[in-house]
Amino acid sequence: MAELADDKTRAVGTAPEPADTARPGMLARALDSDLFYSFRRSPVTVVSAVVALGLVLSAVFAPWIAPHNPFDPASLSILDSFLPPAWAEGGDPRFLLGTDDQGRDMLSTILYGMRISLAVGFASVIFAMLVGITLGLVAGYFGGFLDSAIMRVADVQLTFPAILIALLIDGAARALAGPRAYDEIVFGVLVFSIGLSFWVQYARTVRGSVLVEINKEYVLAARLIGLRASTIMFKHVLPNVLGPVLVIATINLALAIIIEATLSFLGVGVPPTQPSLGTLIRIGNDFLFSGEWWITIFPGIVLAVLALAVNLLGDWLRDALNPKLR
Amino acid sequence: MLAFALRRLVQAIGVMLVVSLISFVLFRFVGDPVNQLVGVDTSPEERAALREALGLNDPVLVQFARFIGKAVQFDFGISYQFKQSVAGLIGQRLPATLELSFVSALFALLVGVPMGVYTGLYRDTWLARAFLAVSLIGVSLPTFLIGILLIFVVSVNLGWLPSFGRGETVRVFGSWTTGLVTASGLQSLILPSITLGLFQMTLIMRLVRGEMLEVLRTDYIKFARARGLSRRAINFGHALKNTLVPVITITGLQIGSIIAFAIITETVFQWPGMGLLFLQAVQSVDIPIMAAYLLLIAFLFVLINFLVDLLYVAVDPRIRIGEATR
Repeated sequence: MAELADDKTRAVGTAPEPADTARPGMLARALDSDLFYSFRRSPVTVVSAVVALGLVLSAVFAPWIAPHNPFDPASLSILDSFLPPAWAEGGDPRFLLGTDDQGRDMLSTILYGMRISLAVGFASVIFAMLVGITLGLVAGYFGGFLDSAIMRVADVQLTFPAILIALLIDGAARALAGPRAYDEIVFGVLVFSIGLSFWVQYARTVRGSVLVEINKEYVLAARLIGLRASTIMFKHVLPNVLGPVLVIATINLALAIIIEATLSFLGVGVPPTQPSLGTLIRIGNDFLFSGEWWITIFPGIVLAVLALAVNLLGDWLRDALNPKLR
Repeated sequence: MLAFALRRLVQAIGVMLVVSLISFVLFRFVGDPVNQLVGVDTSPEERAALREALGLNDPVLVQFARFIGKAVQFDFGISYQFKQSVAGLIGQRLPATLELSFVSALFALLVGVPMGVYTGLYRDTWLARAFLAVSLIGVSLPTFLIGILLIFVVSVNLGWLPSFGRGETVRVFGSWTTGLVTASGLQSLILPSITLGLFQMTLIMRLVRGEMLEVLRTDYIKFARARGLSRRAINFGHALKNTLVPVITITGLQIGSIIAFAIITETVFQWPGMGLLFLQAVQSVDIPIMAAYLLLIAFLFVLINFLVDLLYVAVDPRIRIGEATR
């Protein structure tokens, strides 16, 4: 029905896009945009986009491209444990990057581990966005007591580093749930604690933009025709404040992946039975001194490359969307 | 100035009250303190007596007031895990963390500021570009990974520096021990403090570079050049001096982060500090230590923020004028 109304307004001639007669496809328009031009002009960005996309895709399709299934105990053999990478002396061509202490293929565990790291990262960023955007919209739109209450909490939280807040929430959840139940809810707890340590940035950014948008005529018009506050906030104001949110989300994704890896490395994150990249590095760290460096170094490199690529993309996006730098 | 200081003080006390409340709720309601202190074979009567003796039957507000009263005197009860007083445990561990944090901050300043000045003055040389690339890696690599890589290269492969512990320590007074006066103590300090300070170093470097670039464009620098002052006098006497206000602020604010991030570095290097104690507490749900650590860290953060705010006003006259005209 919404589309119908949309078409009607276009037919009347008040269409926002003048190119209505020969509307180019989404892809063509995207390729023709300023954003894509600045993307093409920066080789570093193109490379990091390719790398990030490649890593994300190989994580998503891990079950199909991984040479082994590291979670299938039947296929593991203790005889295969601690094998070095295939090119090193004593390496086995079946295991390109070597094997860990349980005889699991490193390449496969890394692919599966990246899947978990990325899943936790994306989920926590989405959770933080939902909480932060909602609170920011409410604070900016309604103002008054709600505004000062939300922003005061944000101020206090902002003085503490995200990792500390995530650690504390994690510790409290562990205490509340008990050790056995904790293992079952660990992903939820991680998403919750990482996400909750990020919401402030979104709330502040959205609130700031809302304070600007709220005085514009389209909001006034929407109020005049009697739209509900929630409709105005989410359908009309929100799309206009999403630019900066996107930038924060990209940079936060790298940070979320790093925090998840750090928590898992510290032993308060993902358990070794379902290892993320951080858990793998933690496991490998025990064997670093006995010479089995590949167990910790390879997951470390993948984590670093992933974080760096996403960070560079975020940097580029921030500059590209910032009108001051044009 | 006095009104400003008082307002900030009231805010700081408010934050501390909120954190104490969180800490108290954690202490009192997450897990049962009595169950944690007694064995399985303790009779219900003895439990009830202990509950009464600990004052757990009093009204919650009375308990909260008592909790704050004790916390002010550094009495945080008995650790569930070690069966020792929490204050004593923290007292033993505090010097290690403070020493590590102090040396890291010093490293960050002494290396970060000159690198920032260099990259600001000679922005197009290959060395400046190399510094910037390194700083990007410093921001993207998680702390624990930097630590592991340093251990792998410097300790395992080259065998130059120790990879864990504090080395030989000397008792100074009371329970305060220092590793700063023995050779092995100093050697053990190098890798952890580089790991901990690297992020702050890159931050300071980027900050000084940005500020230098901005200051060098101003009229008074052009005028100083026109007067024929030496390059050295201009760069250091005029330009660098004016970049120092934000540098002092950021460094001050980062001291809190350094102490918090010490949790990670201490885990990697098995450094016997407060962070390691806190992490063990989170893993074994030792609530009194968690509550005490939370309060202590919050107190440090609030104190540092308060001092930096005051210092900022004292150093930058423009802020004072703003206050006076209001």
